[in-house]
Amino acid sequence: MQNATPLLAVEGLSARYGNVEALHATSLTVARGELVAVLGPNGAGKSTLLRAIMGLTPGNGSVRFNGELLPRGDARAVAAQGVILVPEGRGIFGPMTVRENLDLGAYLLGRQRGEIAARLERVFTLFPRLQHRQAQLAGSLSGGEQQMLAIGRALMAGPKMLLLDEPSLGLAPRLAAEILETLGGLNRDGLGILLVEQRAPLALKLAKRAYLLSVGRVVAEVTPDQIASPHDLARYYFAAA
Amino acid sequence: MTSPATTSPRPDFLRPAVLVPWLIGMGVLAYAFIAGGYLITVLGFAAIYAIFVVGLNFFMGYTGQVSFGQNAFAAIGGYTSAVLTTAKGWPVFAAMPVGIAAAALLALAIGYPTLRLRGHYLAMATLALGLIVQEIAVQWDSVTMGYTGISAIPGLGAFGWELPNDRAQLAALLAALALCLWISSRLKHSRLGHALAAIAGSEDAARALGIDVARYKLLAFVIAAVYAAFAGSLFVHIVGFVSPEVFGLHMVVLGFTMLYVGGIGTVFGPLVGAFIISLLPETFRSFKEYQDLAYGAALIALLIYAPKGLASLSRFLPGRKGEGA
Repeated sequence: MQNATPLLAVEGLSARYGNVEALHATSLTVARGELVAVLGPNGAGKSTLLRAIMGLTPGNGSVRFNGELLPRGDARAVAAQGVILVPEGRGIFGPMTVRENLDLGAYLLGRQRGEIAARLERVFTLFPRLQHRQAQLAGSLSGGEQQMLAIGRALMAGPKMLLLDEPSLGLAPRLAAEILETLGGLNRDGLGILLVEQRAPLALKLAKRAYLLSVGRVVAEVTPDQIASPHDLARYYFAAA
Repeated sequence: MTSPATTSPRPDFLRPAVLVPWLIGMGVLAYAFIAGGYLITVLGFAAIYAIFVVGLNFFMGYTGQVSFGQNAFAAIGGYTSAVLTTAKGWPVFAAMPVGIAAAALLALAIGYPTLRLRGHYLAMATLALGLIVQEIAVQWDSVTMGYTGISAIPGLGAFGWELPNDRAQLAALLAALALCLWISSRLKHSRLGHALAAIAGSEDAARALGIDVARYKLLAFVIAAVYAAFAGSLFVHIVGFVSPEVFGLHMVVLGFTMLYVGGIGTVFGPLVGAFIISLLPETFRSFKEYQDLAYGAALIALLIYAPKGLASLSRFLPGRKGEGA
């Protein structure tokens, strides 16, 4: 990567719910084509961090994408720049069919049918199961299929960067590994990914770098070899608290 | 009949579960046209209410919002029509669009600030709107004649010609209703409809997909207001009289009942709900003083055995293909 400007540069980002600040002046970067993990226990502010990057939660600080400042408080504009969130709990639309969910992912494309069809093709290659279940209601899918749909829907938006909020949540270990494997593949194809995970070992298999978040702040930036066992993680989390 | 559990976006009119209720409905209509009399009046009101509820369904069913103030827009449509056709001598077909446009403008002006509110704040704001408009209808004596009301409102018609009898009126109302349902069905399965469904599912998820949530909510609110104003205007021209009580809070309660009994969020739910709820009290007329009791019991039974509305029941009957939720 000759270009030194990071893909995503978060600086002094904070977020609050009402009067409670859930994320305090957090800074991190994701380089082009990099997969970076954010690890942390429940309530550390991981989801809040992603929501704050999208501009879904009010707060201070700046987020630069490709060196350009992203607007604050306007998730729509952030999405239009190519930063796409796969939200916590998947956020799929249960009463709609799989196909309708995917079409909504390409919402910003408007009526460019050719491009939508091409993206659909790619999603179905990645997740053949979604193709078979196109006409089925999204709410009737299994947990793993719903996660595939959530990722597929995000890919329909043609992301330049993916923000993933606990894609392994509630999935059987084998399925979780399979999904993360797919994400690793997308990353190898050059997609920048910021991956929030509670299952650290899974995430550290893919990520070259990880930020550890605890009680609303980044307490450490580590490489996978620095976290050899769960004890190492616990040490970081509790040292901060 | 499409229900939220239907896997295919296309209605399958040949399934018995859909065909049988349609045939019964057609039978009742045919009987009404032949026998005439009171049943025609009841069905006419049902058609007007169905139009009102189709609009309500846009905002509450498709978009997942709450409004207790749709009676305000019906009142504006109704009173504008009434005042322009009586005091100003306008023809009906000219007065009606003015009332609808006025309601749409008010919905824009009210919706712009209030739709930023969520959940019960929005509900409270709309409730206030309904009460305020009704109070204006009472107090603005010089225009609305207060509680006395406006009478001798001309019937539906154009160029000095009026629909000759109640059968012709019912036919016109049914045609208007069919048009309203067709538009609703087309919009539900359009890009707009999918965006509204996404907002109903999760506003944040919709926003993160690039959907302009505030704009679409406002649009759904305005569409609902247009439907309400159209229904209000039809009402005054059919009845020939309007007073503030006509568009009271009971209109909202009745609309909600029809929407939930018929099936909120479905295309045909408003139609089913409006006709069932309009006909129910009539069916129990022979119960005399127990009529209200029977009506209440029937409502409770409907909500227990068809919590997603009658339009959703079709999926329990044979002939259904695919998997539901």
